Amino acid sequence: MTVLTRPETPPATRPASPPTRRRTSRREGKVWVPWLFLAPALVLFLYFKFIPMGQAVVMSFQDVQPYLGNSWVGTANYRDLFATDEFVAALWHTAVIAVFQITGALVLGFALALLLEGQARRLWFVRSAAFLPVVVPVAVIAELWRIIYYPTEDGIANQIIGVFLMEPSQWINSPDSSLLSVILVGIWRDAPYNMIIIIAGLVSVDRSLYEASSLDGAGWVRRVRYVTLPALRPVMVILLTLAAIRAMRIFTEVFLLTNGGPNGSSEVLMTLVYQLGFARNELGVAAAGSVVLLVATIVLTLAVRVGSKRRNA
Amino acid sequence: MNRNLDTALGLGSQNPVWLRALTALACAVVVLLFAGPLVALLVGAFSGSHDPSHLSLFPTDLTLENWRAALDRNVLRYLANSLIVVGIGLLLQMAVSVLAAYSLARKKFRGAGIVLLLIMATMMLPEEILAIPLTIVLSDLPLLHLNITDSLPGMIVPLVAWGFGIIVMVEFMKEVPRELEEAARLDGAGEFRVFWSVVLPAVTPALGVIGVFGFTMIWDQYMLPLLVASDPENYTLPLALRSLRADPEVGIGIVLVAATLAMLPSILAFLGFQRSFMRGISSGAIKG
Repeated sequence: MTVLTRPETPPATRPASPPTRRRTSRREGKVWVPWLFLAPALVLFLYFKFIPMGQAVVMSFQDVQPYLGNSWVGTANYRDLFATDEFVAALWHTAVIAVFQITGALVLGFALALLLEGQARRLWFVRSAAFLPVVVPVAVIAELWRIIYYPTEDGIANQIIGVFLMEPSQWINSPDSSLLSVILVGIWRDAPYNMIIIIAGLVSVDRSLYEASSLDGAGWVRRVRYVTLPALRPVMVILLTLAAIRAMRIFTEVFLLTNGGPNGSSEVLMTLVYQLGFARNELGVAAAGSVVLLVATIVLTLAVRVGSKRRNA
Repeated sequence: MNRNLDTALGLGSQNPVWLRALTALACAVVVLLFAGPLVALLVGAFSGSHDPSHLSLFPTDLTLENWRAALDRNVLRYLANSLIVVGIGLLLQMAVSVLAAYSLARKKFRGAGIVLLLIMATMMLPEEILAIPLTIVLSDLPLLHLNITDSLPGMIVPLVAWGFGIIVMVEFMKEVPRELEEAARLDGAGEFRVFWSVVLPAVTPALGVIGVFGFTMIWDQYMLPLLVASDPENYTLPLALRSLRADPEVGIGIVLVAATLAMLPSILAFLGFQRSFMRGISSGAIKG
């Protein structure tokens, strides 16, 4: 942006710039000024991000007993964690939710973006209406969908699938459909978010390519396939990464819709950590679970950073 | 052939009638699918039906009965708690963000790179991952030895420093022309004057962006209040929804009232600051 503002500077000020710079450097010699402005943020980050993170790592190697004192147990918490069926199941459920929710939300978001791309005022209205689920608190959405999923024939979701001659489902109340129910809510909430970002990406697609493809006699299918999708690749990669990182720590939706049930059929990593930490008081094992989650987040983030850098180079 | 090459699908007024009708139908389905359930929630809060499986877009018999009953269930208290948390939290969050961003965007100093890296790192450490140690820290703040669990401050302070807000602000503050700052300094303005009367007024659109995102972020908090509040007197609205629903003495109508109260402020904030919202979401592409 500095490049953009430079032409606005009258040429006459150019010769005057060296003394200005000297004054700047003398002023910026006050080393404590930047740190003064940064201090509130740094102190708060230390207290509520870095100290808890350090604590989590330490606790994950300890047998944590409030009031009795902690004792070192080495990697026992991690071994306990990976040895339990619950943890393996939770990992699996988290992965299933991530894969299907992310794919569903991306495909639906892309379809919505294609449909609602454009300048017309009518489209602007439809886009705003579709975006509402993104801004509404998750807790409200969960209560809303609990009503939609009401497991009788009169339930809204059952009436809708009834139109397509499907049998009524138990939705969140059955181990067979609990994961699917969580995934559908996730797609409903994430698709409009993806839509907005994809529409922003569509603006930058080169219009002359559309013209060229049209001169070649390509229809809209080939235009989308060979022009639009390749141009959206970077946007899709960002969306995919952010969604994957968010999906790993999915909590509120599951906690409120199914609370991991029935029979643990929808238990995810975070609901299990919460259970271990606050219901069963196994703080050390719960901390180990948090650390696993943290490491997974960091690995995923760095992998994408490195991957995208290599592609750009 | 008449083609619209402005969009990928080429939908527009030059399409044949059947295609335009199909597009309009698709748009109607989209509105119904995404906004419909939220409207039904609002309508349900004002209707007399007590069937827990029923939601309708059209009010059956309009009544304020649910709202009167909700008052008896302490819903106003939950609303007040939520408003206090979001009001104070957002104010502090924006203040901390602009201060930190001013330093990172306008100053060259040793260690700036590391600070930026640390701030990025905090964005990988959401409340969910830190849940357990965070409650331990909140129950005995290091050095200060204060216990702020089961209190509103306990739900506010961990949210005040927010990586996203700082990073967005840094991007905007970098764009403020140096010349403005130089001129003010020549007039003898001190460090705080430059920050307050030169840089800050130049980034008001950015204040809108971090304001509306911060509001949504704080209003949507669930994990943190869940960890902090144990006395129902300290519940925020989202937290109260679950206990209201689980209480057999509370009808679905009251739950709908509480849900509506939790939903409306975020929708109003979105509609009021839509431009800021869209700007932030497509430039930052970050959520969390």
